[in-house]
Amino acid sequence: MLISRKTIQLFIATVFAVLPVFTFANADTTHVAKAAHAEVVNHEGDAPKEVVSEEVKAQEERAEFIQHHLLDSHDFHLFSYGKESGHEKHVGFPLPVILWEDGLHFFMSSEFHHGEAVAESNGKYFAINHHDGMVYNTDAKGTFNVDEKHHTTNTKPLDLSITKNIVMILFVALLMFVMFRNLGKSYGKNGGIATGAGRFFEPIILYVRDEIAIPNIGEKHYKKYMSHLLTVFFFIWFLNMFGLTPLGVNVTGNIAITAALAIITYLITTFTANKNYWGHIFWMPGVPPLMRIVLAPIELLGTIIKPFSLTIRLYANMVAGHIVLMSIIAMMYTFNNVAGSGFSFILAFVLSILEILVAGLQAYIFTMLTALYFGSANEEHHHDEEAHH
Amino acid sequence: MTTIPNLVGAGLIVIGAGLGIGKIGGSAMDAIARQPEASGKIQTAMLIAAALIEGIGFAAFFMGK
Repeated sequence: MLISRKTIQLFIATVFAVLPVFTFANADTTHVAKAAHAEVVNHEGDAPKEVVSEEVKAQEERAEFIQHHLLDSHDFHLFSYGKESGHEKHVGFPLPVILWEDGLHFFMSSEFHHGEAVAESNGKYFAINHHDGMVYNTDAKGTFNVDEKHHTTNTKPLDLSITKNIVMILFVALLMFVMFRNLGKSYGKNGGIATGAGRFFEPIILYVRDEIAIPNIGEKHYKKYMSHLLTVFFFIWFLNMFGLTPLGVNVTGNIAITAALAIITYLITTFTANKNYWGHIFWMPGVPPLMRIVLAPIELLGTIIKPFSLTIRLYANMVAGHIVLMSIIAMMYTFNNVAGSGFSFILAFVLSILEILVAGLQAYIFTMLTALYFGSANEEHHHDEEAHH
Repeated sequence: MTTIPNLVGAGLIVIGAGLGIGKIGGSAMDAIARQPEASGKIQTAMLIAAALIEGIGFAAFFMGK
């Protein structure tokens, strides 16, 4: 070890010991300054409200930023700058918007001007609602009608746009297609040995086959499920990893996408199940007849709960990871000093490493449970066999 | 809506889930210490059980939110 453990311990202890000095000192000065400011402007009427609201506004802005990161969006926004000078510039690129509302509407999302303008297409007006990032039908001024519960009452067009999430899905699909096709081809060219990125991915593919598919599904049936298991594993893993890059994508943290993946698993399980699987659901062997009637609805419900839990697990894990990571980064702006920023940086760094682990782990667990469900659909009648052994 | 009972309920469930996952992790450690050669199988079983509990924890987290 280059640096001894004692040094690190001492360093961490010093950071924690000095932290309050920095933070309290800073907080105090702002407090005093604010009080003085408030006193000065008190004679002028309603100005003190502005002073207090500035901090609240900054807090709300941060919360909104995190909220927006978790939502899908119609343009690929990378970063913004120049907010202090008043001329805020957004860097990114627009994506096509495809809407169906009494006919097809097709235009680029740059017409929305990052959600600030109303887009007009074939005599219809559309605007993006800031709360959910979705496109609504509006009038020429882009007004949103709100009921007493703050729900928008405007109607929505059928939105078939190529949004940020869809761009990432297509990108990952293309990446996987090219990469694994080349991996497959390289075996033929190089005498049965993988080349390039394949050297890295071959052990992972073998792991999925030998540690996930075969033990859970069985030697006899595993082959027909391998394509789905490998696709799901790499799709989730890659998208999780892209979620950790500064591109700001959050595809696996979108419940619609995880639900779609779980529904595919459910459909494959249901349509490839043998008669033992259905026998275990509707007429559980080995229990008294009365219990069989009680168990049937529970088991039937269980088949739906399984994909539901797959959906929620992946979605919630990714969303929670993103919220925590972004909140820790936002702490930099809350502390607004060197010690706070350093603390936030260390915490965010360690958490990012944990998130890399979680990205792989969630892909593994999703694939593992999918294989488990496939295995249960293919289980042979083995209760009598076990009794013999 | 975030109300105090909601938050307390979600907190209680998260405490329960945490205890559960802790118990699983601890038991897996014990099992691996007893039988290091079975560590692969134990790990798999541990992860599945932990993932199932985690699902409930997250459900509570989102209901509390």
